[in-house]
Amino acid sequence: MSLDHVRAIAGFALRESLRRRVFVVVAVLTVAFLVLYGLGAWQAFQEVDEGFGDDDLGGVEPQTVAGATFLGLAMFGTLFLGTILAVFLTLGAARGDAESGLLQPLLVRPVGRATYLVARFAGAAAICAAYVTVVFVAAAIITRVAGDWWPDRIVGPALGLAAAVALLAAVALAGSVFLASTANGIAVFMVFGAGLVAGLLGQIGEALSSDTLNTVADVSTWALPFEALYQDALAGLTADTVGFTKLAIDLGPFGGAQDAGPLLWLWVVGYLGLVCVIAARAFARRDL
Amino acid sequence: MSLALSVSALRKTYGSVTALHGVDLEVDEGELFGLLGPNGAGKSTLVKSACGLVRPTGGTVEVAGAPAGSERANRSMGYLAELFRFPEWCRADELLELHQRLAGSRGGASERSALLEEVGLADAAGRRVGAMSKGMQQRLGLAQALIGSPRLLLLDEPTSALDPAGRRLVRALLERLRERGVAVLLNSHLLSEVELVCDRVAIIAAGRVVAAGSPDDLSHAGGVEVETGAGVRVFARASRDEAPRIVAELVGAGEAVYGVRVLRSSLEDAYLEAVEGT
Ligand SMILES: Nc1ncnc2c1ncn2[C@@H]1O[C@H](COP(=O)(O)OP(=O)(O)OP(=O)(O)O)[C@@H](O)[C@H]1O
Ligand SMILES: [Mg+2]
Repeated sequence: MSLDHVRAIAGFALRESLRRRVFVVVAVLTVAFLVLYGLGAWQAFQEVDEGFGDDDLGGVEPQTVAGATFLGLAMFGTLFLGTILAVFLTLGAARGDAESGLLQPLLVRPVGRATYLVARFAGAAAICAAYVTVVFVAAAIITRVAGDWWPDRIVGPALGLAAAVALLAAVALAGSVFLASTANGIAVFMVFGAGLVAGLLGQIGEALSSDTLNTVADVSTWALPFEALYQDALAGLTADTVGFTKLAIDLGPFGGAQDAGPLLWLWVVGYLGLVCVIAARAFARRDL
Repeated sequence: MSLALSVSALRKTYGSVTALHGVDLEVDEGELFGLLGPNGAGKSTLVKSACGLVRPTGGTVEVAGAPAGSERANRSMGYLAELFRFPEWCRADELLELHQRLAGSRGGASERSALLEEVGLADAAGRRVGAMSKGMQQRLGLAQALIGSPRLLLLDEPTSALDPAGRRLVRALLERLRERGVAVLLNSHLLSEVELVCDRVAIIAAGRVVAAGSPDDLSHAGGVEVETGAGVRVFARASRDEAPRIVAELVGAGEAVYGVRVLRSSLEDAYLEAVEGT
């Protein structure tokens, strides 16, 4: 594998995104998202202030509940936007580009097929990871300004989000070896949706103390670790929060999140490796 | 003389379709080799096997002594695909620069401008691919294939989108390449083009080589038709080369000549004969 080839191809993909104004569109829409988020958060904190002030609500801190729920919402939005970016940067990388005739001139140079996949992954993952990190930190700052609330952890959740979108980029890239662009895009979004549903199932399972639901959620979370990363990141927001406040957050739509421990990160690395190996092996056998 | 390309017993099946049934073919260094054959004959499959894009089902393909698809094989080769696309946003010069980097060429800006000049795109270095006509893109594809001074050039219908001047330019380019000792495998449906430049030709039909040899070996006279004052006269066995002599003789004999037509290119006859029955 040639590092210079990886750099050349990843750089070329980056230049394509710049030249095709992908980043301009993304930046404009992201600013719109953050403005909307800021408005919502500011309004929510106002309501909380007016409604409860400094009342004692049996140990529940309304500011913390509002902040954690809102930043959790921002996190979901960030993950969603990051996933869109990851999918669209990679969905046609192998088969799509081969069908349109873009790929062959490069591979014949020769660029190893595995090298090409790694380069496309590195380019997309770097862009998406940087993107979600920036948006998440911006949302945290907005939350701070609007409601004077700051999450218990910031680095861990940011890393988790970044890893989740990188993982989705890898899945979409692997999918692009097997499926044509449109089919691949649909498939990856469905997988993404399935992961989210699994997460919600887990939350419901937790609330109902249902072992079956919990098992289903656990298995799907491990099969689709981007969901576990997202849950872990959510949990990080209120890692040090305890008591009724924590309980109130857990009952909300962005609570119930469980931190998964260091094993998750090990699995993420293994999962990434597995996806890469499967994609590279299948791609090596393809007639182009 | 060593071989630029050596194909032996090459078989390729795509699912239930057999595209190549054991093809043998050799291209010498510095040789201009034409590959002819009807649609679906397997020409592109053969070329793609030589550049490692398609995995042979059986047989071997070697480029300059190295197995096809290996790094060493591809390093000594340039390829222009039949159906290719370059990114629309990319400028001609930028594209060549990327390929220089990938090919490890140290030619720099001088190589790029020389290649653009060679394909008649000297003025288009800064133009986006998306703003180029199909023929201009094909010219750019040729320049791209020539990056890094390959020893073997695989061209799959390189002139399909070119105007007559462009075709002539490519013919001249191929002749210059031959002088430099570059071997070329040229897929084409333009028999006249192949006849004009190629040293050797193979005709392939339904995945098999059905005829091979120099254009002269393969061709035989197609006849010459002359319109004279006394009506149309056909010289059935005459070749194109004989047309001036025939006309001179007729004029010498006092006949008025109104028109001369060489009947079907002779390679075309050979081609149709070889391809019929398959
Ligand atoms: N990817 C593929 N999958 C299935 N069949 C294929 C594939 N590529 C080519 N074929 C089949 O292989 C045979 C040879 O195709 P090939 O493209 O090599 O022909 P060709 O001689 O280049 O034709 P043309 O002159 O039209 O370019 C055809 O029957 C074609 O249908
Ligand atoms: Mg073809």
